[in-house]
Amino acid sequence: MGAGAVMLPNLSAWGRPVAPEALLEPGIDVAVKKRLADAALNAAKSKGASYADVRIGRYLRQFVITREDKVQNIVNTESFGVGVRVIADGCWGFAAVVDAKNENDTAKAAENAVAIAKANAKLMKEPVKLAPQKGFGEVSWQTPIKKNAFEVPIKEKADLLLGVNAAAMKNGANYVNSVLFMVNEQKYFASTDGSYIDQDVHRIWPTFTVTAIDPKSGKFETRDSLSAPVGMSYEYLQANPSDKVTGITTRYNKGYDMLEDVVAAAKQAKQKLTAKSVEAGKYDLILDPSHLWLTIHESVGHPLELDRVLGYEANFAGTSFATLDKWQSKNFNYGSNIVNLFADKTQVGSLGAVGWDDEGVKTKKWDLVKDGTLVNYQAIRDQVHIIGEDESQGCCYADNWGSVQFQRMANVSLAAGKQPLSVDQLIKDVKKGIYIIGDGSFSIDQQRYNFQFGGQLFYEIKDGKIAGMLKDVAYQSNTQEFWNSCTQICDDRDYRLGGSFFDGKGQPGQVSAVSHGSSTARFNGVNVINTARKI
Amino acid sequence: MSIILTEAEAKALLQKVLSYSKADECEVNLLGEERGNLRYARNEVSTSGSLINQNLQVQSAFGKKVGVATIDEFDDASLEKVVRRSEELARLAPENPEYVGMLGPQQYLKSNGFFESTAKVDPAARAEAVAKSLQLTRESGSNAKLTAAGFLDDRRGYTAMMNSKGLFAYYPDTNVNFSLTVRTEDGKGSGYVTRGYSDFAKLDTADATKVAIQKCVGSVGARALEPGKYTVILEPTAGAVLLENIFFSMDARSADEGRSFLSKPGGKTKLGEKIVDERVTIYSDPTNPDLPASPWSGDGRPQEKVNWIDKGVVKNLAYSRFWAQKKGVKAVPFPNNVIMAGGTQSLDEMIKSTQRGILVTKLWYIRSVDPQTLLLTGLTRDGTFYIENGQIKYPVKNFRFNESPVIMLNNLEALGKPERVVSTESDNNYLIPPMKIREFTFTSLSDAV
Repeated sequence: MGAGAVMLPNLSAWGRPVAPEALLEPGIDVAVKKRLADAALNAAKSKGASYADVRIGRYLRQFVITREDKVQNIVNTESFGVGVRVIADGCWGFAAVVDAKNENDTAKAAENAVAIAKANAKLMKEPVKLAPQKGFGEVSWQTPIKKNAFEVPIKEKADLLLGVNAAAMKNGANYVNSVLFMVNEQKYFASTDGSYIDQDVHRIWPTFTVTAIDPKSGKFETRDSLSAPVGMSYEYLQANPSDKVTGITTRYNKGYDMLEDVVAAAKQAKQKLTAKSVEAGKYDLILDPSHLWLTIHESVGHPLELDRVLGYEANFAGTSFATLDKWQSKNFNYGSNIVNLFADKTQVGSLGAVGWDDEGVKTKKWDLVKDGTLVNYQAIRDQVHIIGEDESQGCCYADNWGSVQFQRMANVSLAAGKQPLSVDQLIKDVKKGIYIIGDGSFSIDQQRYNFQFGGQLFYEIKDGKIAGMLKDVAYQSNTQEFWNSCTQICDDRDYRLGGSFFDGKGQPGQVSAVSHGSSTARFNGVNVINTARKI
Repeated sequence: MSIILTEAEAKALLQKVLSYSKADECEVNLLGEERGNLRYARNEVSTSGSLINQNLQVQSAFGKKVGVATIDEFDDASLEKVVRRSEELARLAPENPEYVGMLGPQQYLKSNGFFESTAKVDPAARAEAVAKSLQLTRESGSNAKLTAAGFLDDRRGYTAMMNSKGLFAYYPDTNVNFSLTVRTEDGKGSGYVTRGYSDFAKLDTADATKVAIQKCVGSVGARALEPGKYTVILEPTAGAVLLENIFFSMDARSADEGRSFLSKPGGKTKLGEKIVDERVTIYSDPTNPDLPASPWSGDGRPQEKVNWIDKGVVKNLAYSRFWAQKKGVKAVPFPNNVIMAGGTQSLDEMIKSTQRGILVTKLWYIRSVDPQTLLLTGLTRDGTFYIENGQIKYPVKNFRFNESPVIMLNNLEALGKPERVVSTESDNNYLIPPMKIREFTFTSLSDAV
């Protein structure tokens, strides 16, 4: 699946509401976690498990939700519990327990997991093959944050959003909704391989939607924030001049100026009301990183998940066109020869960055598409043998202690161009094109061939110059055709991350947060449709 | 104490919680549930899970200052603590200008959504249901080799609420959703089925699996048709994911604010206007025996039988209590179920009466393109077929569409007999008829199977 702009998840599903100060309380001591984990591991082994892992998770979330001059909701949630996964009789089993208080609770969960594994083993024909993994002993990792958002008083955050809303209204918006999402995952992992891994992961996403209405025609247009959800904390909201990318509109890199962006958004939402409706046809597209991340996510990130390729997600998210034979041929042209796509679970500031994944594998960076050719997938311990490797790539993740971990997308990014190239130089050579900024509507088929994307801002390019704003734009293409039409990529001065806070996958559904980096890139002769209708 | 409380047990517990309250107003919501699931893929069991959940939420109000606290332990000390906590949070909270106070006692319709057959499902019953499905795909006989990926998910639980103004509500319910994708091993064919019931005894996984197998085998060798406007027959599974975007967009406030497909210039709305074909009637009714639902909304408002679209005319919009008070109208809540009235024709009869058209069995990855017109995009999936002279002629390659369900319901040709379906996008259950629609807009082809 994918992930939208300002979408509010079912808040109650995140955990129980708590007071804001509870989010600053330390979780249980690491020594206690080790005792709880060992009890589960020992219980699993004594019941006959050949492998077991335990995840003790404390998940803290704070959402500040406003519209115009009102704080609509302040949600603080905490979710604490333990999930135990085992292999017994060659089959996976999983059981979880909320608010585990002592060794008895975690041992009981382990016993339940073994019982489920043994019951399901009767239906199984092919036992699980787990790639070997050395234990790391007692280790830890933290997101390198500068200012913990949970330590910032709620009033300061609410005031920030109300200030943003006021600026939008002052600059012509009819309505504005703004949200600040903050997440802290305190995850402890232990396994029968001998790892005891303590991690403290932070993420933040400030975002808004501005709406402008023309009362005469009854038409309305929106413009969403150009922020990115990031693996940072409150420091993301303190933008330095060097974090800003100026041009037709300001975009942001490692720091975000929400107030500045909302002023632009209010003006642009109004401008969209009278913008020219696009003429359908073929255009050269210039795609900003604030837009291209979502196209990378859907057309590269998902199809190169090995579990999809193998059919594990066939009943929901689907399979993949990037079948094993294409990879084995070593000459499948995923894209043109300037296209290099890589997976990276270590990228600083990215949503997917952790020290170890949720099955105790140290994270790393690897190539997926090299000089246009498909060279690898994203795999975890029970699948990596299928692509002839004996070590997992470290992209296993569960969204909660109560969810079973499975293969989730690593940060998948397009490498910056190797030749010096600026956005201005890129646009200068385009005769008939559209410059797209920000992500919008998105949809792709279950094997990731045919896709359609919208955006936030569309600018017509005529003979190397920006000719004005367009609306009603969506482009449709085919993944292989699209990446083979990539003719130019700006250099690393323009490289920025975008990302999704709520990427959905699995049954029952789980969310995950993932970043995608790129520099602005050019794609030639892409089919653009006009989406205006009358009802 | 068990997780699923009886009405008397829930009432006693809620009364005890309220007895601790010192706030101006206090409301307590209670839930207990047990869920289980079994997942399979590549003809093998993959993952499974179970979840036990109980939760008590207390909302205390001093004037317009409101605080909420939650707990999952039900001993006396914990119950008193959670009430005190909600009161502390209320005192610290900013005033909520949209808080309208709690409701007094209400009358609710009777609805039966709890079935013992579902309540007693255990891991063995789940495994047995899945085994019946797996057997058919593992031993696919003379056909191409088949591979199955499926998901069985069941739930039993109850919700209850009580407040200091005398409101009490209780509703127990059960549900099971089953879905399955069968593919040929060579990846050339794919078929899908989904079933949703309140009563587990109605679920026949073998029968459902045969439907998916038939679609899978029938979809092999798809031919490409030019994209364009076609007459389509949408099976209810395909129609549901388009129609629910209308259901989700019935909010009065958005319409009044001018940012809905139901808005009109000058701050007016389309309430009372005909927006779709006069054969379209969409309503909600918690007492429907084929789609029972809770007779009260989360804030205690009664769920009555409500006509949303009657003979093509918008009859009701959904209101928050605040917005209804501001507008001086009845505060009709968003419904707990949705039913679209249909005709008597079977799907086969609809196909027989079609000269040229496309049978769409499932749609996928539905996303909003333009909220002003409810324009949606997405693709056909897992079985799309060309119809000529009343017969299915051959499978066709999948299409991407760009279509608004509002335009679609203006291009209505025929409605069949409604059946219960599960939305592949939201997991919601609906009663929806198969629909024949003219000039449905396909904009490109997809190579996906």
